[in-house]
Amino acid sequence: MNWTIALPEIVLAVIGLAILIFGVLRKQDAVLMCTMLTIGGFLIAFMLVLTGGKGSGFNGQFVADSFSSFNKLLILTGASLAAILSLDFNHKQGIERFEYPVLMLFATVGMMIMVSASNLMTLYLGLELQSLSLYVLAAFARDDLRSSEAGLKYFVLGGLASGLLLYGISLVYGFSGTMDFAQLAKLLTNPELASPGVIVGVVFVLVGLAFKVSAVPFHMWTPDVYEGAPTSVTVFFATAPKVAAMALLLRVMSSPFGHLVAAWQSLIVIVSIASMVLGAFAAIGQSNIKRLMAYSSIANMGYALAGLAVGTPDGVRGVLVYMTIYVFMTAGTFACIIAMRRQGRAVEQISDLAGLATNDPMLAMLLAIFMFSMAGIPLMAGFFGKLYVFLAAVQGGLWTLAVVGVLSSVVGAFYYIRIIKVMYFDPPAGAFDRRAPSLSFVAMATGLFTLLFFLFPSPVVDAANVAAHAIFK
Amino acid sequence: MGFPLLSLITWLPMVGVAVILSIRGDEKTVASNARWTALWTSLIVLVISLVIWVKFDRSEAGFQFVENVAWLPEYKVGYKMGIDGISVLFVLLSTVLTPICILASWESIQTKVREFMAAFLILETMMVGMFCALDFVVFYMFFEAVLIPMYLIIGVWGGPRRVYAAVKFFLFTLTGSVLMLLALLAMWLMAGTTDIPTLMHTHFPLGMQKWLFLAFFASFAVKVPMWPVHTWLPDAHVEAPTAGSVILAGVLLKMGAYGFIRFSIPMLPDASAYFAPFIFTLSVVAVIYTSLVALAQEDMKKLIAYSSVAHMGVVTIGLFTFNEQGIQGGLFMMLSHGVVSAALFLIVGVVYDRIHSREIARYGGLADRMPGYAFAFMLFAMASVGLPGTAGFVGEFLVILGALQVNFWLALLGGAGMILGAAYTLYLYRRVIFGRLTRDDLRAILDLSPREWAVFAPLIVLTMWMGIYPSSFTGFWDASVAAMVKQHTAALLETTKLAGVLH
Repeated sequence: MNWTIALPEIVLAVIGLAILIFGVLRKQDAVLMCTMLTIGGFLIAFMLVLTGGKGSGFNGQFVADSFSSFNKLLILTGASLAAILSLDFNHKQGIERFEYPVLMLFATVGMMIMVSASNLMTLYLGLELQSLSLYVLAAFARDDLRSSEAGLKYFVLGGLASGLLLYGISLVYGFSGTMDFAQLAKLLTNPELASPGVIVGVVFVLVGLAFKVSAVPFHMWTPDVYEGAPTSVTVFFATAPKVAAMALLLRVMSSPFGHLVAAWQSLIVIVSIASMVLGAFAAIGQSNIKRLMAYSSIANMGYALAGLAVGTPDGVRGVLVYMTIYVFMTAGTFACIIAMRRQGRAVEQISDLAGLATNDPMLAMLLAIFMFSMAGIPLMAGFFGKLYVFLAAVQGGLWTLAVVGVLSSVVGAFYYIRIIKVMYFDPPAGAFDRRAPSLSFVAMATGLFTLLFFLFPSPVVDAANVAAHAIFK
Repeated sequence: MGFPLLSLITWLPMVGVAVILSIRGDEKTVASNARWTALWTSLIVLVISLVIWVKFDRSEAGFQFVENVAWLPEYKVGYKMGIDGISVLFVLLSTVLTPICILASWESIQTKVREFMAAFLILETMMVGMFCALDFVVFYMFFEAVLIPMYLIIGVWGGPRRVYAAVKFFLFTLTGSVLMLLALLAMWLMAGTTDIPTLMHTHFPLGMQKWLFLAFFASFAVKVPMWPVHTWLPDAHVEAPTAGSVILAGVLLKMGAYGFIRFSIPMLPDASAYFAPFIFTLSVVAVIYTSLVALAQEDMKKLIAYSSVAHMGVVTIGLFTFNEQGIQGGLFMMLSHGVVSAALFLIVGVVYDRIHSREIARYGGLADRMPGYAFAFMLFAMASVGLPGTAGFVGEFLVILGALQVNFWLALLGGAGMILGAAYTLYLYRRVIFGRLTRDDLRAILDLSPREWAVFAPLIVLTMWMGIYPSSFTGFWDASVAAMVKQHTAALLETTKLAGVLH
């Protein structure tokens, strides 16, 4: 049995258990140490993924290929950024407890298992490990009513989605007799012969996963959870789990059910269009910036799904490039949002940003870079994400999707530039508290990535290309 | 590949930006240092671009100073720069107007000077890069990135309704651009490359050409701007600071027309011919309707903004005649409008800086107190009208000649713009400059300062030069335009032949 291919997950899980023991035993400053150890664990896992072998193991239930490596690296990056951002926020918010980094770590292990799953059972296992950790994180500010509400809402709706997913898996298993991705792909080579039961099963699986990436019409939980959860948790929600769920969706739809593309393509197209349009229009009326980011992430998932809808390696490549850029700009945006704090209290209204360009030009410039990037204005990285996705869509002949996509991106641009308007054109409100160095570090690092991506797009695009072709073997 | 001169003038302003952003000190030092850094940077860029002007080989129809660096090799997208006779003068227009704008905002911009100068230099990079780009993706990036500095310039340093104007400007232009993005992607997939010279020689099927043309049209028509999508322009002009208006009228409006002549006409010859009557209709409406609107304006900047729409209507008529006179006339008009309308916005800026009003009725009798100003205003007004001997005449005359070869009525209606233009410009001039001095603050008004003379002098020289000896400008694009017209005719002939075979 080739267990070494799961080394990153195993090592990370062991580190997680060790941190748990360490956190219980140590009384003082446990949180800082635990967070640092967690980030260290992420770094070790990062190196292991980079150097680790490829292949499949555990009787074909677990696979490590370029696709899983690409996504694991991205997940670990997102999780590390979120961990750094949580330090300052949790401390000032009075919710610093050592369980926080540990939960994050276990959620990350779950995500890594998800992207490596090559069996529907492994998939479910990884997904539940991730979800259960996230439910707790959402309610982490346990004295805060909104946070508890967010946790409960996420738990109930997430449970429902998991149920649907499980039901879909059981249908697929019942009608095909296997849960293994490779065997499923072989069985379904001729889509004509696929039994309707399998198709229904696929639809249920799709619904379950659409819930996890918060695509319309399974998005209802997103704004409430984003707003209610502590911001440090929201930034985590918006980055790593989105990558994991999207990777899972890509693998499941392309690899075992790849031959059924005719059956699921129209569904993905509809979900994608609905997400882009709803994300764009619903965000206009928001006054809370976290809620706005929730709708923005719904729209972003819509763009990413547009790449999936094409059902080709080029489409998957587009999605991977998109997700990479998305993680960086989202982490950066949330770093700026966490920096919004007046007299020790976190503020999250868009109007609180008024005149930021006068009070804190650096922060305003960074947030402006992220907003222009999200709006897809060139030279910023966000443009390239959209470029590759729409390139694939046009290549696949999905013109409706492409036209609706670019037009809704104009609507989206309206609310992104409204934030810039508030920062630059409105008279200054009171200044924010001093930024913590950790926030500045994350914002500047991701800001530089967003701003300078255009100089060297090749490495990311090439890696995404290799990864995309790995699941179409 | 020789020394990358084009990349140098494109990216040099960014070095200036870096310097400006790193200036430390109290507000006054920062402002003064930022002004000087921006001015020197733009002057150095101007000098380098003059070197290009001198070294440019006028007999060559193709692209010169070509640079090519692999950027996304597996998608056949390269960072490719180069200029031909059509683009070289627009590069120069951008590099000439930028230092003028910086000089013009020397005193009128007092808040956030550092950011203003940085935004202007970023804008220069984007404009020059756009005119030099020989790769469609690179072109698109510069074309669209212009929005960022311009949005901020209007929004931060603009007038009372600046937010509305900035957002409107941004969304109008973006809507057009994203549709062009789709056309770009379709061409990319069809031709397998985004190299502009290759795309110019790629034949696209007629059905596809029509869709591509409409997508391009959505983008360029907004930028030109053509009637009925011109409504963002008066708002943007009125609210923008003087320098913003100057660059908007001088260079940004040319981007749309440049797009037509660089992309629509050579790449989509059949669709261009098919849609030419449609373009003519919109252009004639623009010429007549917006001229009449201009006649009724109470605001000086708004009046000039509407006159810009009318003048750009003449440009689009010229470009879509597909003959040498018409296209040359269109190009000349773009250039002269770039100089003259920019100068007119500066003229408005001069009195706005002193009285803080753009209302025409607020002025009158300025000739008494400001003879120098009245002279400069007169010169540019005449050039705008198209008086022979000034820059405006050559372009309009050539366009009318070209239009006559297409259709008599087109030439007549297009030419009507000149008459209406004379009406609203002279009416404006009479109300502002002549009449009696009635207000006290006007009695004390000062004539042009040496700095302002320095701003106007190059523009006066250019206006006269273009009018008196136009061939030193048309000489640049003679070869390129002749090659383009030839290729266009050949392409149309080919299509007709093909149709003949099929029937």
